[in-house]
Amino acid sequence: MTPGRTKDKSEIIEIQIPAKPQFLKIIRAAVGSICEISGGNLDDSHNVILAVDEACSNIIKHTYGGPTEEPIHATILISPEKIEIRLRDFGEKIDIKKIKPRKLDEIRPGGLGVHFINTVMDEVEYDNHFEQGNQVKLVKYIEKK
Amino acid sequence: MELVVFEKQNAAILKIVGDVDLYSSPQVRKKILALMKKKTENLLVDLDGVSYMDSSGVATLVEALQLMKKRRGKLKLFNLRPAIRDVFELSRLDKVFDICEDENQAMAAISEG
Repeated sequence: MTPGRTKDKSEIIEIQIPAKPQFLKIIRAAVGSICEISGGNLDDSHNVILAVDEACSNIIKHTYGGPTEEPIHATILISPEKIEIRLRDFGEKIDIKKIKPRKLDEIRPGGLGVHFINTVMDEVEYDNHFEQGNQVKLVKYIEKK
Repeated sequence: MELVVFEKQNAAILKIVGDVDLYSSPQVRKKILALMKKKTENLLVDLDGVSYMDSSGVATLVEALQLMKKRRGKLKLFNLRPAIRDVFELSRLDKVFDICEDENQAMAAISEG
């Protein structure tokens, strides 16, 4: 992890994992600790962990097409009012228009990740305007304990 | 991840211990499919040892529910921690699964229908 400080006194933490399912718990533990430090409430903390985990899982499954040594780079910004997580990959470019939650009245396995991310986060923004890969930005505004 | 199976009357009780995520949910799926092969009549899933579950874990349990329904068996979940219950509520699957408080209630529920 690489700590840093921005001009507005926000803190920046950077983490990189290989895009493999066994490393997801590292991202979850880090995000959980960061949420605790930021002073948010426990429910929000669970929600941010879930959204980051689901977004990383989607990168592994869809952008990289399966587990790989390629990285998922997480930049986490904590400020007094919000936690912002940017997840950067270097895999296949995603078609942002195709990222949609599925209908919940269809009772079938799979396809719930995007619904979870969109429901629990305040802002979700996908960006594929890179020479290589994509980025998803997740924002949660902090409600103090 | 630890998966333990107990037999009790006409049911198998699967106790899951550990996080259920993209890494571990295939192990849970494999265990459930093995129980299906053994023609398990009813399946109870104890989630007391699960502090985290993502959509792949939920998907595994949806598949188990559908398989049990096909063979007219019952699947009950019990001992859900609040964070796990929240995940089922988020997906509105808390209305689809029969979620029981504890093992006794789950055992009673398979006799009731």
